[in-house]
Amino acid sequence: MKIAVCIKRVPDMETRFKIAASGSSVDETGLKYDMSDFDGYAVETALQLNEKQGPGETVVISLGPDVVQEQLRKALSMGADRAVQLKSDRVPADGLAIATALAAELKSGGYDLILFGRQAVDSANATVGPMTAELLDLPCATAVSSLEIANGRATARRELEGAAEVVEFSLPAIVSVDEGMPRARYPSLKGIMAAKKKPLEVRPAQLGEERITIEKMELPPERAAGRIVGEGPAAVPELVRLLHTEAKVL
Amino acid sequence: MQDFFDIDSALSEEERAVRASVRQFVDERILPIIGDCYVEGRFPNEIIPGLAELGVFGANLPEEYGCAGLNNVSYGLIMQELERGDSGIRSFASVQGALVMYPIFAFGSEEQKKHYLPKMAAGEIIGCFGLTEPDYGSNPSGMITMANEQADGSWVLNGAKMWITNGSQAKVAIVWAKTNGDKSDKSIRGFVVPTDTPGFTAKDQKGKLSLRASDTSELVFQDVHLPKDAILPKSGGIKSPLMCLTQARYGISWGVIGAAMACYEEALTYATSRVMFDKAIGGFQLQQQRLAVMLTEIVKAQLVSLHLGRLKDSGKLTPQQVSLAKRNNCDIATDVAREARRLLGANGILAEYASMRHMANLESVYTYEGTHDIHTLILGQAVTGLSAFN
Repeated sequence: MKIAVCIKRVPDMETRFKIAASGSSVDETGLKYDMSDFDGYAVETALQLNEKQGPGETVVISLGPDVVQEQLRKALSMGADRAVQLKSDRVPADGLAIATALAAELKSGGYDLILFGRQAVDSANATVGPMTAELLDLPCATAVSSLEIANGRATARRELEGAAEVVEFSLPAIVSVDEGMPRARYPSLKGIMAAKKKPLEVRPAQLGEERITIEKMELPPERAAGRIVGEGPAAVPELVRLLHTEAKVL
Repeated sequence: MQDFFDIDSALSEEERAVRASVRQFVDERILPIIGDCYVEGRFPNEIIPGLAELGVFGANLPEEYGCAGLNNVSYGLIMQELERGDSGIRSFASVQGALVMYPIFAFGSEEQKKHYLPKMAAGEIIGCFGLTEPDYGSNPSGMITMANEQADGSWVLNGAKMWITNGSQAKVAIVWAKTNGDKSDKSIRGFVVPTDTPGFTAKDQKGKLSLRASDTSELVFQDVHLPKDAILPKSGGIKSPLMCLTQARYGISWGVIGAAMACYEEALTYATSRVMFDKAIGGFQLQQQRLAVMLTEIVKAQLVSLHLGRLKDSGKLTPQQVSLAKRNNCDIATDVAREARRLLGANGILAEYASMRHMANLESVYTYEGTHDIHTLILGQAVTGLSAFN
């Protein structure tokens, strides 16, 4: 199968973020970056599908400035065949602007399957995949935790709050990938060397109009200090009372 | 740990990618089990296939022999990350790559290279390196293990080796021996010895209080008959095994930084979370002094090894430069580990924390592959032109 995987470069989410002086973006000083976690699952899914089903091609696509090539090469070192950078100075906040550029790239690619992570772990919008599907008029299954493909049709399982649903659709299609799918493999050292020789094309991103911009960012308020109500079994009645009357969680 | 000195900016994207991959492997597959392995005194054989798949064995040897073909800085970063897990894991990889695969690559015949290197890169054959003898540690030239050539060109090997990492699980041993009754160190040659050859025995050395997650063995050769092609054809004299040691010492200079980084990180986390006298102990000047010194020494060691790697990659490296790095970095790593252990107070003696494990390991690393003292004398000789050895 010819599979495209759209990936995003995101900051390491373990970082203690600071807001930049502008007040509307994150201070990037000292940040480390990686491929968004769910996108890693998506790359792994594509590689395993093609490994299982015989000859195919896995193409990874990322939109942004030249630094995204690092994440594209990571996907190449995992085993993807080639990469495309849709070059833009920055990654817009408006998912539709990004989806427009991706749709323009994917439209004539002849892909059987287009994979996304469920959401980018930094912006957490979960919009670009479904929007791209809409623009390309393709079926779309989101937050998929398992995926079977046979005879041009796909069966996917979606984990819901307290339940699961199984959906079926024809290919080509767009699928966004959730946990439950195989975790990204370690890029092997040979893979890292081989990635340098794989094709990485750079094209200008044909971004759509940006109608959403980030006005302001703020950190969550500091949590108030905890309170110790007593020690040992003697404290339990008071704890239960406070959980009832004050925290109102019981 | 935090890249305080922005040393990452001196690394290529490829070098950082190699480090990231090995780092993730160590975090996910080694750190969760290594404390128990250490207490149980066992090397975690279960990680060998994963390490092989990642490609760490002989990673700086060429692709045509099934290796990754990385540069030496990348190789060093691999050693750093492995030893951030445990010196025993890094020792395993050092022996496999620098002390067994390297001599086969450097001194072996094309047949030996094609037979062994791909299988060793794949972790299918584990190797060990026999140079040190019970009575000849710092002075390997004095070795008494002897191989005598027979009329038909085959060899008969007799002798014993000690302190051999991976010795009891190795399928192949690189054994260094004097030849044909000649007691000078010029007669030393390397032999590729399958460990199932009759007369070859390996016995675990028990009672180690250091490198407990690593196999250390004694090898005995009693009339071990070897075919003609067991010899490493391009080996000759004590210089050959010393070249292997230069490779391994290079990796060690990087590796111990990893152990020091693990201790520093543990100490920093502890210092900022452990409360005593109503404040985090990191707020006390004594602990800040400890942390500041640890950080400074780690940064200096990183810069030494990185520059050493660039020298190696440009073919300008000298063994004396490797001695400087091995000596300095092992020394500061043992100090960092000990200070971290002390900062952790009573908790620092538990296997649940890594610092005392690293501290005990590093005493071996300080001692093997040329003791600290021997590297001091190598440097002394290099700068004065006067040998303190004889």
